Amino acid sequence: MATKKKWEYSPAPESKQPAAIASRYELFINGKWVKPTSSNYFSSINPATEEKLSEIATASEADVNKAVQASRQAYEKYWKKMAPAERAKYIFRIARIMQERARELAVTETLDGGKPIRESRDFDIPTAANHFFYYAGWADKLDFAFPNKKANSLGVAGQITPWNFPLLLAAWKIAPALATGNTVVLKPAETTSLTTLKLAAIIQEADLPPGVVNVITGAGQTGAWLTQHKDIDKIAFTGSTEVGRIIQRTLAGSHKKLTLELGGKGANIIFEDAPIDQAVEGVINGIFFNQGHVCCAGSRLYVQESIAKKFVQKLKDRISTLLVGDPMDKNTDVGAINSAQQLKTIQAYIKIGKAEGADFFESDCTLPQKGFFCRPSLFTNVAQSNRIAQEEIFGPVLCILTFRTDDEVIEKANNSPYGLSAGIWTDKGSRIFNISKQIRAGVIWANTYNLFDPTSPFGGYKESGFGREGGLQGLQPYVQFVKP
Amino acid sequence: MTFKKPVFNAQILNHPPVEQTGVEERTVRFTKRSIKGPSKMQGLLMVLSMIDLTTLEGKDTPGKVNQLCTKAVHLHDQVPGLPTVAAICVYPSMVSIAKKALKGSSIKVASVATAFPSGQTSLRIKLADTRLAVEDGADEVDMVISRGKFLAGEYAYVFDEIASVKEVCGTARLKVILETGELGTLDQVRKASSIAIAAGADFIKTSTGKIQPAATLPVTLVMLETIRDHYHKTGKKVGMKPAGGISKSKLALHYLVMVKETLGDVWLDKHWFRFGASSLANDVLMQVAKETMGNYQSPAYFSID
Repeated sequence: MATKKKWEYSPAPESKQPAAIASRYELFINGKWVKPTSSNYFSSINPATEEKLSEIATASEADVNKAVQASRQAYEKYWKKMAPAERAKYIFRIARIMQERARELAVTETLDGGKPIRESRDFDIPTAANHFFYYAGWADKLDFAFPNKKANSLGVAGQITPWNFPLLLAAWKIAPALATGNTVVLKPAETTSLTTLKLAAIIQEADLPPGVVNVITGAGQTGAWLTQHKDIDKIAFTGSTEVGRIIQRTLAGSHKKLTLELGGKGANIIFEDAPIDQAVEGVINGIFFNQGHVCCAGSRLYVQESIAKKFVQKLKDRISTLLVGDPMDKNTDVGAINSAQQLKTIQAYIKIGKAEGADFFESDCTLPQKGFFCRPSLFTNVAQSNRIAQEEIFGPVLCILTFRTDDEVIEKANNSPYGLSAGIWTDKGSRIFNISKQIRAGVIWANTYNLFDPTSPFGGYKESGFGREGGLQGLQPYVQFVKP
Repeated sequence: MTFKKPVFNAQILNHPPVEQTGVEERTVRFTKRSIKGPSKMQGLLMVLSMIDLTTLEGKDTPGKVNQLCTKAVHLHDQVPGLPTVAAICVYPSMVSIAKKALKGSSIKVASVATAFPSGQTSLRIKLADTRLAVEDGADEVDMVISRGKFLAGEYAYVFDEIASVKEVCGTARLKVILETGELGTLDQVRKASSIAIAAGADFIKTSTGKIQPAATLPVTLVMLETIRDHYHKTGKKVGMKPAGGISKSKLALHYLVMVKETLGDVWLDKHWFRFGASSLANDVLMQVAKETMGNYQSPAYFSID
């Protein structure tokens, strides 16, 4: 034996260079970068190092008005009249430029949001580009998407995206809106605006008519101005249920169409005949993907009692092998929590869980000194009546409950104000169909979890929102049907 | 250590099902770890030390086996401090020759047995084959399971056969070749692994090298998971040997990553993990030479035996 030293992987930090982040970003209105009338800027920091990355314009009400006006003009003047096949070419071009600049986008996404470079490189950016490719294809085929109906565009769409998948969700929102002939004013989450601003630059490079896509940055107030604006025809929001409620109240009685994609507390159900080792991977992927900042995260795990002990042990073993740390290192499995505020929320829930009497287990990994990090963890001995089993934690914290029969787990899985996602793990095909038919969730995965594709619709039941994004169904929120 | 022949218990057939796509997804992750510089060097040396240098041909002669044994000891003397391979793997008729050639070294002699590679003969002849190898001094025996019987559902037969061979092995360590390329599905691989382990295998091994596909990452992962479950249940370790189709260093390092993340660092040892390969050694040596000297050498500098 040459050596008995423990074999470790080599650090493989990605270079920051390709991100090419500017020191300041303005608002993207009417095809141009314009200074905010407020002259206010806010800082965007790297959650893994707490270093300032850039400063970003705060859009005032006047800026929001300007953006909506530009969008309306572009709609009337260009986009509404353009031949659908021409629209498709623009959307296709956006997708191509995103692919060409994939590395820049991936590095920026990781620096700005804290997610591991492996995920932004292999998931966020390619999937975002795929959404543009996919909807480019639909642009001139709307008559086939809705047979015997005539689908018209709505006008100006106001869109608000969250901080967990900034670029990907911007793509989810912009691509179908453009394909159906609408123009867009989009506001990204204030902690993660950078890739959306880079997307704006890509849209500029793709030479879309000015005003077809506008990006305004800022915090909640900017979003509020956008949703309240009278000349908006449609609001698409992804974010918290709390804000979703406010938006729904704001829009009540107006002509504006609305889709909401809100929180979740996904039930991931493991039956005793499940492929155990693959289910363990699926559970890990379901809750620790993107540090658990996933609205459809499988955060409520239901394990059949007969295998619970063995299964939990395997989960604990697996959690201990996860590499937590520098998101820029390509070895990293779990990166940084998106913001100090979110870290505080997660820590508060961990405290609540302990106080509720659940048993806590966390990985023994060492965390970096600086930045916002949280060890992957799980609670066992959790009851349906515990807050940690009911409320969305939005972090790397798994709650494990047990069940005995199919009926029991269906009832428990549905016993939640949310209904976004669920997972079923069993070797029995008939059980997959039986259970999935009875669970009220927008997406149900069988023997896998957190798998996405542009062709597949995504959305919620109950307090997880309404309306679908992705797939053929994702076109519908952006059209109105008129007599052919 | 005396071996008490175990009795077949149908319980061992109750293993969890295996989901192929999930296994494949997991193995892709093992190929994405960063191994370079000192980590790569340490990994490469580990790979060398785990190789069962193999020749299993009808045309094998004492001359060929002698030369291979020399290679086993002197992998590439131009680079000082290299380990030797773990073992030489030959047919039973070549065991005494290899044993003599490797005298004084710590390299083990492994012999295939039980009518390798097809195993299509009676138990009596398989045991005689094994006995011959062991009497000639084989430290390790690589047996093949009766795939025909396995696929016909005669699990108890397969089990008893392995247990009987193990009994004849005495102190020699027994590697049980499942020939996964003939088993069809990962579920079958998992079942065959459970049977082999319960029947007393010291190692489970993927392939003979005579059937394609031979070792793959997914097949090996399922076998490693079976070993892990057995360890958690009984506290007993079982070794793993992927064989056939691993001829590049990079792939070999991916296997080590898989072992590390599935079974832990304890298994990263030639006592518990082996590569059955004939051409892997030279590819690893070329990488080692590159790491030590800074540039790639021509293949002409590396001995072929």
